Amino acid sequence: MYVAVKGGEAAIDAAHAWLAEERRGDPAVPAPTVAQLREGMALAVDRVMAEGSLYDPDLAALAILQARGDLVEAIFLLRAFRTTLPRLAASRPVDTGAMRADRRVSAIFKDVPGGQVLGPTFDYTHRLLDFALAAGVDPPPAPGAPADPAPLPRVAEALGAEGLLQPEPPGDATPPDLTREPLELPAPRALRLQVLARGDEGFLLGLAYSTQRGYGRTHAFVGELRTGAVSVEVEIPELGLAIELGEVVLTECETVNQFAGSRTEPPQFTRGYGLSFGRAERRALAMALVDRALRARELGEDLSGAPAGDEEFVLGHCDNVQATGFLEHIKLPHYVDFQAELELVRRLRREAEAARAAGESAGREAAE
Amino acid sequence: MSADGLPWGFAYLDEGTKRMIRRALLKALAVPGLQVPFASREMPMPYGWGTGGVQVTASVLTPDDVLKVIDQGADDTTNAVSIRRFFARTAGVATTTRTAEATVIQTRHRIPETPLREGQILVFQVPIPEPLRFLEPRETETRRMHALAEYGLMHVKLYEDIARHGHIATTYAYPVLVEGRYVMDPSPIPKFDNPKLCSEAILLFGAGREARIHALPPHTRVESLAFEDHPFEPARAAGICALCGAADSYLDEVLTDDRGGRIFVCSDTDFCETRRAGGAS
Amino acid sequence: MSAALSGGFADPAIEGAHAFRAALEAMARPGTIRRVAGAAPPAPLSPAAGVLLLVLCDGTTPLHLAGAWDDGAVRDWVRFHTGAPPAPAGEAAFALGDWPSLLPLERFRAGTAEYPDRSATLIVEMGRLAPEGARLTGPGIREAAHLSLPEPLGPLRENAARYPLGVDLFLTCGAHLAALPRSTRIG
Repeated sequence: MYVAVKGGEAAIDAAHAWLAEERRGDPAVPAPTVAQLREGMALAVDRVMAEGSLYDPDLAALAILQARGDLVEAIFLLRAFRTTLPRLAASRPVDTGAMRADRRVSAIFKDVPGGQVLGPTFDYTHRLLDFALAAGVDPPPAPGAPADPAPLPRVAEALGAEGLLQPEPPGDATPPDLTREPLELPAPRALRLQVLARGDEGFLLGLAYSTQRGYGRTHAFVGELRTGAVSVEVEIPELGLAIELGEVVLTECETVNQFAGSRTEPPQFTRGYGLSFGRAERRALAMALVDRALRARELGEDLSGAPAGDEEFVLGHCDNVQATGFLEHIKLPHYVDFQAELELVRRLRREAEAARAAGESAGREAAE
Repeated sequence: MSADGLPWGFAYLDEGTKRMIRRALLKALAVPGLQVPFASREMPMPYGWGTGGVQVTASVLTPDDVLKVIDQGADDTTNAVSIRRFFARTAGVATTTRTAEATVIQTRHRIPETPLREGQILVFQVPIPEPLRFLEPRETETRRMHALAEYGLMHVKLYEDIARHGHIATTYAYPVLVEGRYVMDPSPIPKFDNPKLCSEAILLFGAGREARIHALPPHTRVESLAFEDHPFEPARAAGICALCGAADSYLDEVLTDDRGGRIFVCSDTDFCETRRAGGAS
Repeated sequence: MSAALSGGFADPAIEGAHAFRAALEAMARPGTIRRVAGAAPPAPLSPAAGVLLLVLCDGTTPLHLAGAWDDGAVRDWVRFHTGAPPAPAGEAAFALGDWPSLLPLERFRAGTAEYPDRSATLIVEMGRLAPEGARLTGPGIREAAHLSLPEPLGPLRENAARYPLGVDLFLTCGAHLAALPRSTRIG
């Protein structure tokens, strides 16, 4: 007699135990510590913090360790933890103009006030595997950088002063909060930027790249790209003052894009904006390009046919925690619905065969 | 502190999140079939695996509840086990596999065969709450269609099915009209279950990734879309359960060997076991 | 001010869960009356209305206090226990008062065609609440139910006629509550 499959509980326990064992790897090799990951995998930690929407390098490193290096899984762990945190206060807007930048470059002027600061970049490294690293050789100390770099003026201000760059006046309105209110479409720019700020880096990269290849060309120049620490302050209404909670490292990118002008706006340059937790140049650049593409509607540009300019498409699909969950859920059993489809296809086939047989016999009769 | 002593609250969600979801649930009950947006949170299980249902369950659960969780009608499917454990751990509630004993039932893809009663709540996990989504991908457009009760697109689709196949070719997630006003997706239940949408229990639908909640109060008028000359037919495999002999339950087809051997068994495992315990076979 | 600090839930997660369940059942089954517990608010706020405020209101839900309920002790209690910001009728997510002080209903948000859920919920303090009187039909009701609705009924019938727009009501009396969603038709 047939006995229905059972044992979901035991199977889950066994799978979890096996996963823990695989995570540990070869017990003869020392296990990596959270601190080692935080220091040695700093850019992975930054990505997990950015897309996890939670600035905590130790928790992000723990998530990476727990996820066995699967960054999307680590981002998911951090997001789920974030759900349990009460919101105690909202900080004042951070002032990226006052950033203590250790990297700052502009592609639109040969030199800029404050200078081009390369900082710790991969950009001009030759991508040759470094076997000294495998041998555990420590690098020689780098030539000294200024201990506390002075704030750098914004490159965009030079264009703005000439009236050639569309001004972005500060708004008073409290921006909507994606994590507290459901996304409503069409979305204002502040909300779009929030979605992009936690969007999947690979998805943003692909979209940004597509605008460079003609799917919604908004030809972007890197007006400025800067990375460094900014302080986070919270207003204490009872005390009538703001206190500094600490600082976070951010990467900010402002692109400058040509704009032919519209009925209401003169020809000028417009901006795309990218901001990310941590050192994340690729994502800040990609975000700025996609932000600019998504401004097509308000600027009266025709980007139809360009996925990067399609707000519902971009905002609806750039979150990798949502995307991976829904994609992977098709591994779950679907046999109830499949059974219903199976019955339908069998029935349609029976009916089609009967109709063909009837047609053939009618044809034979007609021929006789 | 939660039932498991960890630093999250009763049933995982913080009270502010529960209030937000509870407000959405009340509006959803006040306008049956309407998709009410809510600020869905990331949960400790993936989107697409029941996060909407889990958030709804967490918001309605009390410590006195007895919880049942099913997936495909079965209590022992792995995702059902995982969600049941989550609540046993974070809310400390009693759990059961018995439909009749449960006060809250979370489900994916089925409505139990045993008729539900007053005092029970059935929480559906919903992947895509928008019945018009596969006809019109844009939220701004589908929202406008619901606002105007403009459902011509849906009727055209069903009619094209009839023209092509002689039948409406939708076998699950079969759309319904609620109180003559909103077309609603009942979640991917087989259309066999559609008649059970008019229930004695409260039916709540949670879509976590899509951040929507909808609801059907008891005794709500729910009509499966159909045409006068093509009335709605709930469908099931023509067969009887090989275990309990039921001839009126929804059946799963089980392959028994690699030579085409197959049998049918009840998809609702509690229904089947209860019948067998009662001597049916 | 000390009165404002007391009278809240002793265990918000658990008492809130029980109270919400009662509110959910009430909204799902118009005409049924439920008992709730856990709040001891200052008069004229009833314990049941106090429970609803504790369960549903917070800093994100503008609250309109009407008539005798727009009172210093009530305001202090609500502010301390919920943080709900006071609001004029047209901006309120929740409104609280007796029936005459809440009328006319057109002052409250009734939702929009795209978002009918963005409508106010009114908590109507009643002198009595009994399963008799007006005949109710609609979702949540097997055939018909009867409930002692606030009079005059005209505004309620007009509210139901605007479906799917309209406001939704909780009716409270002492420790008891009932609900009247906009979907209920009043005979």
